Amino acid sequence: MMTIEMLCLRFAALTPEDLLHWIEEGHVRPDDQAGMLVFREIDVERVRLILELRDMLEVNEAALPVVLSLLDQLYALRRRLREAGIAVDETA
Amino acid sequence: MADDPYQVLGVAQGATPDAIKKAYRKLARAHHPDLNPGKPAAEARFKAVSAAHEILSDPDKRARFDRGEIDGAGQEQAPAGGYRRQAEEAAGARYGTAPPEGMFDDLLAEMFARQRPDGPRAGRDESYLLKVPFASAVMGATEELTLPDGRVLRVQIPPGVETGQVLRLRGQGGAGRQGGPAGDALIELDVAPHPVFRREGFDLRLDLPVTLREAVLGGAVEVPTPSGALRVTLPAGSDTGRQIRLRGKGVAGHGARAAGDLLLALRVVIGPPDAALEAFLRDWVPEHPQDPRAGLEAGR
Repeated sequence: MMTIEMLCLRFAALTPEDLLHWIEEGHVRPDDQAGMLVFREIDVERVRLILELRDMLEVNEAALPVVLSLLDQLYALRRRLREAGIAVDETA
Repeated sequence: MADDPYQVLGVAQGATPDAIKKAYRKLARAHHPDLNPGKPAAEARFKAVSAAHEILSDPDKRARFDRGEIDGAGQEQAPAGGYRRQAEEAAGARYGTAPPEGMFDDLLAEMFARQRPDGPRAGRDESYLLKVPFASAVMGATEELTLPDGRVLRVQIPPGVETGQVLRLRGQGGAGRQGGPAGDALIELDVAPHPVFRREGFDLRLDLPVTLREAVLGGAVEVPTPSGALRVTLPAGSDTGRQIRLRGKGVAGHGARAAGDLLLALRVVIGPPDAALEAFLRDWVPEHPQDPRAGLEAGR
């Protein structure tokens, strides 16, 4: 669990403006606890991924939603495959 | 022994910082672990690329490596690929925009069914065509059907079946697997037509040829029926087209359904030329002269 301040301290390249913009776009989805944004581990790792996509892999602002959407679909499918595999193990 | 960072990035010793950056970006895009969740090797490759870039992107470290003061291990970056581990677990549902529930269920079921040949599965239904003689369809019978695998099925044909009707023999289809029930045999019937009888629902029709004498004088004639020949007494003066109904001599009854009727339609046959008949008719004066074509003009 992290606040937005802690998150910006963790990643030198991250500005609160960028992060708020990503939250607005739905790229990052922290919990809202009594009006305060709280980031779980997956949110922290997602911010790291977006920073790497932007700074290291030069994915620009316009392409970012496309890349994230495809990644989300890929991971959703992998999760379902894994669940189905578990379900099969249980019934086998 | 750490790899040579120049080799890892695939650049020459004298490469410009720009060329190094370009090579690094290209490799990072290809091997970023979060973009390659199914390939563990990508992570190792990405680490090596990052380590190489760490050294070559820093002029000071690059110079020290070139002088042999440090080896290719340099120092390792913060591990990338952390998102992958999160997204694959239940927590990943937070960003799981797709696919909708059920989108892959059919594919998955198919895949796992193939992987699990040991589960009990019902056998398949097998379809066959059985030619049924007309009499069997009318009276009911037991017909034999030889299957492609050599088995012979005895098929009970109830009276009254028609072409296109399908009989289901439970458990006579494909064998089940691992204790699964066998499939059914689906037998489509093809009832042969009859040269003289015609089906009309559960009634039968027969054109009955009679001689001139039988038609005029009446008398007993032998009539074929599906259940055997029958003696029928014709009334005198039975003209062509006269209909005689033989109750219960049509399609045999079955369960609550009563038997159909056999409908005879008389057809007078004069036969070959006969001198006596011709002589008689030449002198014959009808008792009630009649024009059989009266009323045909109305059709004009």
